[in-house]
Amino acid sequence: MIVAVASGKGGTGKTTIASNLAVCLPRPKRLLDCDVEEPNCHIFLNPEIDTTERFTLPFPIVDETRCNGCGECSVMCRYNAIVTLQSKHLVFPELCHGCGGCVEVCPENAITEGQREIGSIHTGTHDHALFVQGLLDVGQALCPPLIYAVKRHTATNGITVIDCPPGTSCPVIAAVKKCDYVVLVAESSTFGLHDLRLAVDTMRKLNLNFGVVINRVSSADRQVAEFCRNEQIPVLLEIPEDRKAAEAYSRGQLLVDVVPGFRELFDRLCERILAEFHHS
Amino acid sequence: MKEVVVISGKGGTGKTSLAASFAYLNGTSVIADCDVDAPDLYLVLSPEIKRLEPFKSGRVAVIRKDDCIGCGTCMDKCRFDAVREIRRIGRESLFVIDSFSCEGCGVCVRLCPQDAVDFPGRICGEWMVSETRYGPMVHARLAIGAENSGKLVSIVRNEAHRIAEDLNISCVIIDGPPGIACPVIASITGASMVLIVVEPTLSGVHDMERVITLTEHFKIPTCLCINKWELNPQIAGEIKRGAKSAGATFAGMISYDSSVTAAQNKGIPVVEYGGPAAQDIRKVWQNIEKRMESIEAPAAIEA
Repeated sequence: MIVAVASGKGGTGKTTIASNLAVCLPRPKRLLDCDVEEPNCHIFLNPEIDTTERFTLPFPIVDETRCNGCGECSVMCRYNAIVTLQSKHLVFPELCHGCGGCVEVCPENAITEGQREIGSIHTGTHDHALFVQGLLDVGQALCPPLIYAVKRHTATNGITVIDCPPGTSCPVIAAVKKCDYVVLVAESSTFGLHDLRLAVDTMRKLNLNFGVVINRVSSADRQVAEFCRNEQIPVLLEIPEDRKAAEAYSRGQLLVDVVPGFRELFDRLCERILAEFHHS
Repeated sequence: MKEVVVISGKGGTGKTSLAASFAYLNGTSVIADCDVDAPDLYLVLSPEIKRLEPFKSGRVAVIRKDDCIGCGTCMDKCRFDAVREIRRIGRESLFVIDSFSCEGCGVCVRLCPQDAVDFPGRICGEWMVSETRYGPMVHARLAIGAENSGKLVSIVRNEAHRIAEDLNISCVIIDGPPGIACPVIASITGASMVLIVVEPTLSGVHDMERVITLTEHFKIPTCLCINKWELNPQIAGEIKRGAKSAGATFAGMISYDSSVTAAQNKGIPVVEYGGPAAQDIRKVWQNIEKRMESIEAPAAIEA
Protein backbone atom coordinates (compact mmCIF):
# COMPACT_ATOMS: atom_id res chain seq x y z
CA MET A 1 0.00 0.00 0.00
CA ILE A 2 1.29 3.44 -0.94
CA VAL A 3 0.09 6.39 1.15
CA ALA A 4 0.91 9.89 -0.08
CA VAL A 5 0.75 12.90 2.24
CA ALA A 6 -0.08 16.01 0.24
CA SER A 7 -1.67 19.49 0.45
CA GLY A 8 -2.50 22.40 -1.81
CA LYS A 9 -0.97 24.99 0.47
CA GLY A 10 2.58 24.76 1.80
CA GLY A 11 3.35 24.63 5.50
CA THR A 12 0.16 22.89 6.59
CA GLY A 13 1.98 20.00 8.25
CA LYS A 14 2.67 17.41 5.52
CA THR A 15 6.10 16.55 6.84
CA THR A 16 4.82 16.38 10.42
CA ILE A 17 2.08 13.96 9.40
CA ALA A 18 4.34 11.88 7.15
CA SER A 19 7.19 11.51 9.64
CA ASN A 20 5.02 10.84 12.69
CA LEU A 21 2.93 8.42 10.66
CA ALA A 22 6.08 6.66 9.50
CA VAL A 23 7.11 5.84 13.08
CA CYS A 24 3.63 4.73 14.17
CA LEU A 25 2.85 2.39 11.26
CA PRO A 26 3.57 -1.32 11.65
CA ARG A 27 6.54 -2.81 9.77
CA PRO A 28 7.27 -3.56 6.96
CA LYS A 29 7.20 0.11 6.00
CA ARG A 30 9.31 2.77 4.36
CA LEU A 31 9.30 6.51 3.88
CA LEU A 32 10.09 8.33 0.63
CA ASP A 33 10.64 12.09 0.88
CA CYS A 34 9.48 13.35 -2.52
CA ASP A 35 9.47 17.06 -1.61
CA VAL A 36 12.74 17.27 -3.51
CA GLU A 37 12.91 21.08 -3.49
CA GLU A 38 12.74 21.31 0.29
CA PRO A 39 12.84 17.84 1.90
CA ASN A 40 12.55 17.95 5.69
CA CYS A 41 11.62 14.46 6.94
CA HIS A 42 15.25 13.67 7.81
CA ILE A 43 15.21 16.49 10.38
CA PHE A 44 12.59 14.59 12.40
CA LEU A 45 13.60 11.00 11.71
CA ASN A 46 17.41 11.33 11.84
CA PRO A 47 17.88 8.40 9.48
CA GLU A 48 21.26 6.77 8.99
CA ILE A 49 22.14 7.46 5.36
CA ASP A 50 24.17 4.64 3.78
CA THR A 51 24.27 5.60 0.13
CA THR A 52 24.09 8.78 -1.88
CA GLU A 53 23.81 8.59 -5.63
CA ARG A 54 23.77 11.44 -8.09
CA PHE A 55 20.70 11.67 -10.30
CA THR A 56 21.10 12.65 -13.94
CA LEU A 57 18.94 13.56 -16.89
CA PRO A 58 19.92 12.97 -20.52
CA PHE A 59 20.66 15.82 -22.93
CA PRO A 60 21.70 15.78 -26.59
CA ILE A 61 25.30 15.84 -27.81
CA VAL A 62 25.70 16.47 -31.52
CA ASP A 63 28.55 14.89 -33.44
CA GLU A 64 29.71 17.78 -35.63
CA THR A 65 31.34 15.49 -38.16
CA ARG A 66 28.08 13.70 -38.91
CA CYS A 67 25.61 16.61 -38.61
CA ASN A 68 24.37 17.80 -42.01
CA GLY A 69 22.66 20.87 -40.57
CA CYS A 70 19.17 19.80 -41.64
CA GLY A 71 17.55 21.15 -38.46
CA GLU A 72 15.17 18.19 -37.95
CA CYS A 73 16.22 18.04 -34.29
CA SER A 74 15.16 21.63 -33.59
CA VAL A 75 11.85 21.12 -35.38
CA MET A 76 11.25 18.10 -33.13
CA CYS A 77 12.24 19.77 -29.85
CA ARG A 78 9.27 21.39 -28.08
CA TYR A 79 11.46 22.91 -25.38
CA ASN A 80 13.90 24.94 -27.51
CA ALA A 81 16.72 22.89 -26.04
CA ILE A 82 18.30 22.39 -29.45
CA VAL A 83 18.25 25.24 -31.93
CA THR A 84 19.64 25.30 -35.45
CA LEU A 85 20.81 28.62 -36.89
CA GLN A 86 22.23 28.65 -40.42
CA SER A 87 23.05 24.95 -40.14
CA LYS A 88 24.88 25.55 -36.84
CA HIS A 89 23.19 24.09 -33.79
CA LEU A 90 23.13 25.23 -30.20
CA VAL A 91 22.22 22.93 -27.30
CA PHE A 92 20.73 24.27 -24.04
CA PRO A 93 20.95 21.30 -21.66
CA GLU A 94 19.01 23.08 -18.88
CA LEU A 95 15.94 23.35 -21.16
CA CYS A 96 16.05 19.68 -22.18
CA HIS A 97 13.32 17.42 -20.79
CA GLY A 98 15.12 14.30 -21.97
CA CYS A 99 12.39 13.05 -24.31
CA GLY A 100 14.88 11.65 -26.80
CA GLY A 101 13.01 13.07 -29.79
CA CYS A 102 16.07 14.65 -31.39
CA VAL A 103 17.95 11.34 -31.25
CA GLU A 104 15.04 9.59 -32.92
CA VAL A 105 14.62 12.01 -35.82
CA CYS A 106 18.24 12.76 -36.74
CA PRO A 107 18.68 11.26 -40.23
CA GLU A 108 22.47 11.05 -39.81
CA ASN A 109 22.39 9.43 -36.36
CA ALA A 110 24.56 12.31 -35.26
CA ILE A 111 22.99 12.78 -31.83
CA THR A 112 23.88 10.82 -28.72
CA GLU A 113 22.92 11.58 -25.15
CA GLY A 114 25.09 12.84 -22.35
CA GLN A 115 24.00 13.01 -18.74
CA ARG A 116 23.67 16.14 -16.60
CA GLU A 117 23.35 16.03 -12.84
CA ILE A 118 20.27 17.68 -11.34
CA GLY A 119 20.13 16.25 -7.83
CA SER A 120 20.84 13.33 -5.57
CA ILE A 121 19.07 10.43 -3.92
CA HIS A 122 19.96 9.56 -0.33
CA THR A 123 19.07 6.12 0.95
CA GLY A 124 19.26 4.90 4.53
CA THR A 125 17.30 3.48 7.41
CA HIS A 126 15.17 4.74 10.22
CA ASP A 127 13.60 2.52 12.85
CA HIS A 128 14.66 -0.57 10.82
CA ALA A 129 12.73 0.80 7.85
CA LEU A 130 14.00 2.14 4.55
CA PHE A 131 14.29 5.92 4.21
CA VAL A 132 14.80 7.58 0.82
CA GLN A 133 15.17 11.28 0.12
CA GLY A 134 15.43 13.12 -3.19
CA LEU A 135 17.31 16.41 -3.12
CA LEU A 136 17.19 18.74 -6.13
CA ASP A 137 20.34 20.77 -6.75
CA VAL A 138 19.83 24.48 -6.08
CA GLY A 139 19.35 26.32 -9.40
CA GLN A 140 17.69 23.35 -11.15
CA ALA A 141 14.14 23.90 -12.39
CA LEU A 142 12.84 20.47 -13.34
CA CYS A 143 11.90 18.15 -10.46
CA PRO A 144 9.37 15.49 -11.63
CA PRO A 145 12.05 13.12 -13.02
CA LEU A 146 13.82 13.11 -9.64
CA ILE A 147 10.50 12.45 -7.89
CA TYR A 148 9.86 9.46 -10.15
CA ALA A 149 13.34 8.17 -9.41
CA VAL A 150 12.72 8.35 -5.64
CA LYS A 151 9.41 6.55 -6.14
CA ARG A 152 11.19 3.60 -7.73
CA HIS A 153 12.00 2.67 -4.11
CA THR A 154 8.32 1.95 -3.41
CA ALA A 155 7.91 -1.36 -1.58
CA THR A 156 5.93 -4.23 -3.05
CA ASN A 157 4.88 -5.39 0.41
CA GLY A 158 3.96 -3.39 3.50
CA ILE A 159 3.34 0.33 3.53
CA THR A 160 5.19 3.08 1.70
CA VAL A 161 4.64 6.63 2.96
CA ILE A 162 5.35 9.43 0.49
CA ASP A 163 5.89 13.02 1.63
CA CYS A 164 4.80 15.21 -1.30
CA PRO A 165 5.66 18.76 -2.40
CA PRO A 166 2.93 21.41 -1.96
CA GLY A 167 0.72 22.69 -4.77
CA THR A 168 -1.37 21.17 -7.55
CA SER A 169 1.00 21.19 -10.53
CA CYS A 170 3.35 18.69 -12.11
CA PRO A 171 5.60 17.88 -9.09
CA VAL A 172 2.55 16.95 -7.00
CA ILE A 173 1.08 14.85 -9.81
CA ALA A 174 4.40 13.01 -10.06
CA ALA A 175 4.36 12.34 -6.31
CA VAL A 176 0.74 11.16 -5.91
CA LYS A 177 0.41 9.25 -9.19
CA LYS A 178 -0.27 5.52 -8.66
CA CYS A 179 -0.65 5.93 -4.90
CA ASP A 180 -3.37 3.88 -3.19
CA TYR A 181 -4.44 6.55 -0.76
CA VAL A 182 -3.76 10.26 -0.28
CA VAL A 183 -3.85 12.06 3.05
CA LEU A 184 -4.53 15.75 2.41
CA VAL A 185 -3.32 17.98 5.22
CA ALA A 186 -5.30 21.21 5.55
CA GLU A 187 -4.86 24.10 7.90
CA SER A 188 -7.95 25.31 9.67
CA SER A 189 -8.05 28.83 8.15
CA THR A 190 -9.37 30.76 5.15
CA PHE A 191 -6.20 30.14 3.11
CA GLY A 192 -6.25 26.54 4.30
CA LEU A 193 -9.78 25.96 3.04
CA HIS A 194 -9.12 27.66 -0.28
CA ASP A 195 -6.08 25.53 -1.00
CA LEU A 196 -7.79 22.36 0.26
CA ARG A 197 -10.49 22.88 -2.38
CA LEU A 198 -7.79 22.95 -5.06
CA ALA A 199 -6.17 19.82 -3.66
CA VAL A 200 -9.53 18.03 -3.54
CA ASP A 201 -10.22 18.96 -7.19
CA THR A 202 -6.80 17.57 -8.09
CA MET A 203 -7.41 14.24 -6.31
CA ARG A 204 -10.82 13.89 -7.93
CA LYS A 205 -9.43 14.59 -11.40
CA LEU A 206 -6.78 11.94 -10.81
CA ASN A 207 -9.36 9.47 -9.45
CA LEU A 208 -7.47 8.94 -6.21
CA ASN A 209 -8.90 7.87 -2.85
CA PHE A 210 -8.27 10.47 -0.23
CA GLY A 211 -9.12 11.74 3.23
CA VAL A 212 -8.30 14.91 5.13
CA VAL A 213 -6.31 15.67 8.27
CA ILE A 214 -7.25 19.08 9.65
CA ASN A 215 -4.31 20.67 11.40
CA ARG A 216 -4.15 23.50 13.95
CA VAL A 217 -7.85 23.31 14.69
CA SER A 218 -9.29 25.98 16.93
CA SER A 219 -12.80 25.53 18.28
CA ALA A 220 -13.87 28.85 16.78
CA ASP A 221 -13.02 27.99 13.18
CA ARG A 222 -15.01 25.09 11.71
CA GLN A 223 -14.93 26.09 8.01
CA VAL A 224 -12.65 23.24 6.89
CA ALA A 225 -14.59 20.60 8.86
CA GLU A 226 -17.84 21.88 7.41
CA PHE A 227 -16.47 21.81 3.89
CA CYS A 228 -15.43 18.16 4.35
CA ARG A 229 -18.83 17.23 5.73
CA ASN A 230 -20.65 18.90 2.84
CA GLU A 231 -18.40 17.25 0.30
CA GLN A 232 -18.60 13.87 2.05
CA ILE A 233 -14.84 13.68 2.44
CA PRO A 234 -13.65 11.57 5.40
CA VAL A 235 -11.88 13.59 8.10
CA LEU A 236 -9.19 11.20 9.30
CA LEU A 237 -8.00 13.31 12.20
CA GLU A 238 -8.29 16.77 13.71
CA ILE A 239 -5.14 18.04 15.37
CA PRO A 240 -5.78 20.82 17.86
CA GLU A 241 -3.82 24.08 17.74
CA ASP A 242 -1.10 23.41 20.32
CA ARG A 243 1.79 25.73 21.10
CA LYS A 244 3.76 22.81 22.60
CA ALA A 245 3.44 20.90 19.32
CA ALA A 246 4.63 23.94 17.33
CA GLU A 247 7.63 24.34 19.63
CA ALA A 248 8.55 20.64 19.47
CA TYR A 249 8.32 20.89 15.69
CA SER A 250 10.64 23.90 15.71
CA ARG A 251 13.26 21.78 17.51
CA GLY A 252 12.92 18.97 14.98
CA GLN A 253 11.24 16.59 17.41
CA LEU A 254 8.63 13.98 16.58
CA LEU A 255 5.34 14.97 18.20
CA VAL A 256 4.53 11.35 19.08
CA ASP A 257 7.72 11.21 21.17
CA VAL A 258 7.41 14.42 23.14
CA VAL A 259 3.91 15.89 23.17
CA PRO A 260 1.42 14.14 25.48
CA GLY A 261 -1.57 12.71 23.62
CA PHE A 262 0.00 12.73 20.14
CA ARG A 263 1.02 9.05 20.12
CA GLU A 264 -2.66 8.15 20.58
CA LEU A 265 -3.71 10.64 17.88
CA PHE A 266 -1.33 9.13 15.34
CA ASP A 267 -2.13 5.52 16.28
CA ARG A 268 -5.72 6.38 15.54
CA LEU A 269 -4.71 7.99 12.23
CA CYS A 270 -2.87 4.79 11.22
CA GLU A 271 -5.96 2.71 11.96
CA ARG A 272 -8.19 5.13 10.05
CA ILE A 273 -5.97 5.13 6.97
CA LEU A 274 -5.72 1.33 6.90
CA ALA A 275 -9.49 1.06 7.36
CA GLU A 276 -10.26 3.63 4.63
CA PHE A 277 -7.93 1.81 2.27
CA HIS A 278 -9.51 -1.60 2.88
CA HIS A 279 -12.93 -0.01 2.68
CA SER A 280 -12.32 1.52 -0.75
CA MET B 1 10.84 50.75 -10.94
CA LYS B 2 11.65 48.61 -7.95
CA GLU B 3 10.40 45.10 -7.40
CA VAL B 4 10.23 43.16 -4.14
CA VAL B 5 9.62 39.42 -4.34
CA VAL B 6 8.50 37.63 -1.16
CA ILE B 7 9.62 34.00 -1.04
CA SER B 8 10.42 31.45 1.66
CA GLY B 9 11.62 28.06 0.45
CA LYS B 10 9.32 26.39 2.95
CA GLY B 11 5.61 26.87 2.45
CA GLY B 12 3.24 28.46 4.92
CA THR B 13 5.68 30.84 6.59
CA GLY B 14 3.51 33.93 5.95
CA LYS B 15 4.47 35.17 2.47
CA THR B 16 0.95 36.15 1.46
CA SER B 17 0.14 37.91 4.74
CA LEU B 18 3.32 39.96 4.37
CA ALA B 19 2.84 40.76 0.68
CA ALA B 20 -0.71 41.99 1.33
CA SER B 21 0.52 44.15 4.20
CA PHE B 22 3.29 45.66 2.07
CA ALA B 23 0.72 46.53 -0.59
CA TYR B 24 -1.29 48.35 2.08
CA LEU B 25 1.74 50.17 3.51
CA ASN B 26 3.14 51.27 0.18
CA GLY B 27 -0.08 53.02 -0.85
CA THR B 28 -0.05 52.38 -4.58
CA SER B 29 1.83 49.47 -6.10
CA VAL B 30 1.37 46.91 -8.81
CA ILE B 31 0.75 43.65 -7.00
CA ALA B 32 1.34 40.22 -8.49
CA ASP B 33 0.56 36.79 -7.09
CA CYS B 34 3.17 34.46 -8.54
CA ASP B 35 2.10 31.46 -6.46
CA VAL B 36 0.04 30.21 -9.39
CA ASP B 37 -0.42 26.77 -7.80
CA ALA B 38 -2.17 28.03 -4.67
CA PRO B 39 -2.92 31.71 -5.19
CA ASP B 40 -4.27 33.11 -1.92
CA LEU B 41 -3.50 36.81 -2.19
CA TYR B 42 -6.86 37.61 -3.75
CA LEU B 43 -8.54 36.39 -0.57
CA VAL B 44 -7.02 39.36 1.24
CA LEU B 45 -7.03 42.04 -1.46
CA SER B 46 -10.53 41.34 -2.91
CA PRO B 47 -9.58 42.27 -6.47
CA GLU B 48 -12.17 43.26 -9.03
CA ILE B 49 -11.33 41.39 -12.23
CA LYS B 50 -10.98 43.67 -15.29
CA ARG B 51 -9.40 41.32 -17.78
CA LEU B 52 -9.17 37.54 -18.02
CA GLU B 53 -6.92 35.65 -20.44
CA PRO B 54 -6.49 31.93 -21.01
CA PHE B 55 -3.01 30.55 -20.45
CA LYS B 56 -2.19 28.43 -23.46
CA SER B 57 0.96 26.46 -23.16
CA GLY B 58 2.38 23.47 -24.92
CA ARG B 59 0.50 20.59 -26.45
CA VAL B 60 -0.84 17.22 -25.44
CA ALA B 61 -0.83 14.00 -27.43
CA VAL B 62 -4.19 12.33 -28.16
CA ILE B 63 -4.37 8.98 -29.96
CA ARG B 64 -7.23 8.59 -32.44
CA LYS B 65 -8.68 5.27 -31.39
CA ASP B 66 -9.98 4.35 -34.83
CA ASP B 67 -6.64 4.89 -36.53
CA CYS B 68 -4.47 3.10 -33.91
CA ILE B 69 -3.20 -0.26 -35.18
CA GLY B 70 -1.89 -1.27 -31.76
CA CYS B 71 1.80 -1.43 -32.71
CA GLY B 72 2.90 0.12 -29.39
CA THR B 73 5.59 2.39 -30.87
CA CYS B 74 4.23 5.29 -28.81
CA MET B 75 4.59 3.30 -25.59
CA ASP B 76 8.10 2.10 -26.46
CA LYS B 77 9.30 5.59 -27.24
CA CYS B 78 7.56 7.57 -24.49
CA ARG B 79 9.97 8.36 -21.69
CA PHE B 80 7.32 9.84 -19.40
CA ASP B 81 5.25 6.74 -18.75
CA ALA B 82 2.30 8.52 -20.34
CA VAL B 83 1.04 5.75 -22.63
CA ARG B 84 -1.21 3.02 -21.32
CA GLU B 85 -1.95 -0.24 -23.08
CA ILE B 86 -5.50 -1.55 -23.00
CA ARG B 87 -5.40 -5.23 -23.84
CA ARG B 88 -8.35 -6.60 -25.76
CA ILE B 89 -9.30 -10.25 -26.20
CA GLY B 90 -8.92 -11.48 -29.75
CA ARG B 91 -7.86 -8.07 -31.06
CA GLU B 92 -4.75 -5.94 -31.05
CA SER B 93 -4.19 -3.72 -27.99
CA LEU B 94 -5.39 -0.17 -27.83
CA PHE B 95 -3.06 2.57 -26.66
CA VAL B 96 -4.17 5.72 -24.84
CA ILE B 97 -2.33 8.78 -23.52
CA ASP B 98 -2.61 9.80 -19.89
CA SER B 99 -2.82 13.56 -20.34
CA PHE B 100 -1.60 14.24 -16.78
CA SER B 101 1.66 12.43 -17.54
CA CYS B 102 2.12 13.69 -21.11
CA GLU B 103 5.03 16.13 -21.31
CA GLY B 104 3.95 17.35 -24.73
CA CYS B 105 7.27 16.35 -26.29
CA GLY B 106 5.65 15.13 -29.51
CA VAL B 107 7.80 12.01 -29.88
CA CYS B 108 4.77 9.70 -30.26
CA VAL B 109 3.16 12.16 -32.68
CA ARG B 110 6.21 12.09 -34.88
CA LEU B 111 6.98 8.37 -34.70
CA CYS B 112 3.48 6.89 -35.01
CA PRO B 113 3.56 4.91 -38.30
CA GLN B 114 -0.14 5.60 -38.86
CA ASP B 115 -0.06 9.32 -38.00
CA ALA B 116 -2.77 8.43 -35.50
CA VAL B 117 -1.72 10.89 -32.79
CA ASP B 118 -3.23 14.37 -32.67
CA PHE B 119 -1.35 17.13 -30.90
CA PRO B 120 -3.74 19.93 -29.90
CA GLY B 121 -2.69 22.98 -27.92
CA ARG B 122 -3.43 22.83 -24.23
CA ILE B 123 -5.07 25.43 -22.02
CA CYS B 124 -3.13 25.32 -18.78
CA GLY B 125 -4.97 27.91 -16.74
CA GLU B 126 -5.85 31.57 -16.85
CA TRP B 127 -4.45 34.89 -15.77
CA MET B 128 -6.19 38.07 -14.71
CA VAL B 129 -5.62 41.78 -14.34
CA SER B 130 -7.65 43.29 -11.51
CA GLU B 131 -8.16 46.44 -9.54
CA THR B 132 -7.59 46.55 -5.76
CA ARG B 133 -7.67 49.32 -3.17
CA TYR B 134 -3.86 49.32 -3.27
CA GLY B 135 -3.35 49.38 -7.03
CA PRO B 136 -3.59 47.04 -10.02
CA MET B 137 -3.09 43.34 -9.41
CA VAL B 138 -2.04 40.55 -11.75
CA HIS B 139 -2.84 37.02 -10.69
CA ALA B 140 -3.38 33.61 -12.21
CA ARG B 141 -4.60 30.13 -11.69
CA LEU B 142 -2.72 27.17 -13.11
CA ALA B 143 -4.95 24.33 -14.26
CA ILE B 144 -4.77 21.22 -12.12
CA GLY B 145 -1.77 19.10 -12.86
CA ALA B 146 -0.49 21.51 -15.47
CA GLU B 147 3.07 21.95 -16.58
CA ASN B 148 4.92 25.15 -17.20
CA SER B 149 4.01 26.99 -14.04
CA GLY B 150 7.27 28.90 -14.57
CA LYS B 151 5.97 30.18 -17.89
CA LEU B 152 2.72 31.37 -16.29
CA VAL B 153 4.71 33.08 -13.53
CA SER B 154 6.72 34.90 -16.21
CA ILE B 155 3.53 36.07 -17.92
CA VAL B 156 2.14 37.38 -14.62
CA ARG B 157 5.37 39.17 -13.78
CA ASN B 158 5.85 40.68 -17.23
CA GLU B 159 2.29 41.95 -17.21
CA ALA B 160 2.88 43.52 -13.78
CA HIS B 161 6.01 45.26 -15.09
CA ARG B 162 4.16 46.51 -18.15
CA ILE B 163 1.33 47.97 -16.07
CA ALA B 164 3.82 49.62 -13.70
CA GLU B 165 5.52 51.31 -16.64
CA ASP B 166 2.27 52.34 -18.32
CA LEU B 167 0.80 53.84 -15.17
CA ASN B 168 4.09 55.14 -13.87
CA ILE B 169 3.86 53.18 -10.62
CA SER B 170 7.28 52.86 -9.03
CA CYS B 171 6.87 49.69 -6.98
CA VAL B 172 5.95 46.10 -7.85
CA ILE B 173 5.21 43.72 -4.96
CA ILE B 174 5.30 40.02 -5.73
CA ASP B 175 3.88 37.22 -3.61
CA GLY B 176 6.11 34.30 -4.56
CA PRO B 177 5.68 30.53 -4.56
CA PRO B 178 7.28 28.08 -2.11
CA GLY B 179 10.18 25.83 -3.11
CA ILE B 180 13.33 26.54 -5.10
CA ALA B 181 12.62 25.18 -8.59
CA CYS B 182 10.96 26.38 -11.80
CA PRO B 183 8.24 28.79 -10.52
CA VAL B 184 10.57 30.32 -7.91
CA ILE B 185 13.35 30.84 -10.43
CA ALA B 186 10.81 32.50 -12.77
CA SER B 187 9.63 34.73 -9.89
CA ILE B 188 13.01 36.11 -8.85
CA THR B 189 15.26 36.37 -11.92
CA GLY B 190 16.08 40.03 -12.49
CA ALA B 191 14.18 41.29 -9.42
CA SER B 192 15.57 44.28 -7.52
CA MET B 193 15.09 42.58 -4.16
CA VAL B 194 14.01 39.34 -2.56
CA LEU B 195 12.57 39.08 0.94
CA ILE B 196 12.86 35.63 2.47
CA VAL B 197 10.33 34.88 5.23
CA VAL B 198 11.67 32.29 7.66
CA GLU B 199 10.06 30.62 10.62
CA PRO B 200 12.43 29.78 13.48
CA THR B 201 12.30 26.00 13.12
CA LEU B 202 14.93 23.50 12.01
CA SER B 203 12.89 22.88 8.84
CA GLY B 204 12.62 26.63 8.25
CA VAL B 205 16.38 27.09 8.58
CA HIS B 206 17.11 24.13 6.30
CA ASP B 207 14.84 25.51 3.59
CA MET B 208 16.07 29.09 4.04
CA GLU B 209 19.67 28.02 3.47
CA ARG B 210 18.73 26.44 0.15
CA VAL B 211 16.72 29.43 -1.00
CA ILE B 212 19.51 31.88 -0.03
CA THR B 213 21.91 29.82 -2.15
CA LEU B 214 19.44 30.34 -4.99
CA THR B 215 19.24 34.14 -4.58
CA GLU B 216 23.05 34.28 -4.38
CA HIS B 217 23.25 32.17 -7.52
CA PHE B 218 21.14 34.78 -9.32
CA LYS B 219 22.94 37.65 -7.52
CA ILE B 220 19.76 39.25 -6.19
CA PRO B 221 19.97 41.52 -3.11
CA THR B 222 18.27 39.61 -0.31
CA CYS B 223 16.54 40.62 2.91
CA LEU B 224 15.47 38.19 5.59
CA CYS B 225 12.77 38.39 8.22
CA ILE B 226 11.64 35.93 10.86
CA ASN B 227 7.97 35.20 11.35
CA LYS B 228 6.54 33.82 14.62
CA TRP B 229 9.90 34.42 16.31
CA GLU B 230 8.69 33.43 19.81
CA LEU B 231 8.15 29.89 18.57
CA ASN B 232 11.85 29.30 19.14
CA PRO B 233 13.77 32.39 20.33
CA GLN B 234 17.06 30.49 20.27
CA ILE B 235 16.81 29.52 16.59
CA ALA B 236 15.44 33.02 15.80
CA GLY B 237 18.59 34.50 17.39
CA GLU B 238 20.83 32.20 15.39
CA ILE B 239 19.10 33.15 12.12
CA LYS B 240 19.45 36.85 12.94
CA ARG B 241 23.14 36.54 13.79
CA GLY B 242 23.82 34.39 10.73
CA ALA B 243 21.94 36.55 8.22
CA LYS B 244 24.83 38.82 7.28
CA SER B 245 27.37 36.06 6.72
CA ALA B 246 24.74 34.20 4.68
CA GLY B 247 24.59 37.24 2.38
CA ALA B 248 21.26 38.69 3.52
CA THR B 249 20.20 41.91 5.22
CA PHE B 250 18.23 41.26 8.39
CA ALA B 251 14.90 43.09 8.17
CA GLY B 252 13.26 42.20 11.48
CA MET B 253 11.25 39.77 13.56
CA ILE B 254 7.49 39.36 13.51
CA SER B 255 5.51 38.27 16.53
CA TYR B 256 3.56 35.00 16.76
CA ASP B 257 0.19 36.66 16.88
CA SER B 258 -3.32 35.28 16.46
CA SER B 259 -4.40 38.51 14.77
CA VAL B 260 -2.61 37.27 11.62
CA THR B 261 -5.13 34.44 11.20
CA ALA B 262 -7.94 36.73 12.34
CA ALA B 263 -7.05 39.26 9.60
CA GLN B 264 -6.88 36.44 7.05
CA ASN B 265 -10.32 35.18 8.05
CA LYS B 266 -11.65 38.71 7.79
CA GLY B 267 -10.04 39.13 4.38
CA ILE B 268 -7.91 42.20 5.15
CA PRO B 269 -4.14 42.83 5.44
CA VAL B 270 -2.67 42.25 8.91
CA VAL B 271 -1.46 45.85 9.15
CA GLU B 272 -4.98 47.08 8.55
CA TYR B 273 -6.31 44.74 11.23
CA GLY B 274 -3.72 45.79 13.82
CA GLY B 275 -1.98 43.94 16.66
CA PRO B 276 1.63 43.22 17.66
CA ALA B 277 2.47 41.48 14.35
CA ALA B 278 1.14 44.51 12.43
CA GLN B 279 3.64 46.75 14.23
CA ASP B 280 6.48 44.37 13.43
CA ILE B 281 5.51 44.15 9.76
CA ARG B 282 5.61 47.97 9.51
CA LYS B 283 9.20 47.91 10.76
CA VAL B 284 10.16 45.17 8.32
CA TRP B 285 8.73 47.22 5.43
CA GLN B 286 10.66 50.31 6.58
CA ASN B 287 13.87 48.28 6.57
CA ILE B 288 13.14 46.93 3.11
CA GLU B 289 12.54 50.45 1.80
CA LYS B 290 15.81 51.60 3.35
CA ARG B 291 17.70 48.69 1.81
CA MET B 292 16.07 49.37 -1.54
CA GLU B 293 17.25 52.99 -1.51
CA SER B 294 20.81 51.86 -0.84
CA ILE B 295 20.63 49.58 -3.90
CA GLU B 296 19.32 52.31 -6.14
CA ALA B 297 21.85 54.93 -5.03
CA PRO B 298 25.02 53.54 -6.71
CA ALA B 299 23.11 52.96 -9.94
CA ALA B 300 22.11 56.63 -9.95
CA ILE B 301 25.74 57.75 -9.54
CA GLU B 302 26.82 55.58 -12.46
CA ALA B 303 24.11 57.10 -14.64
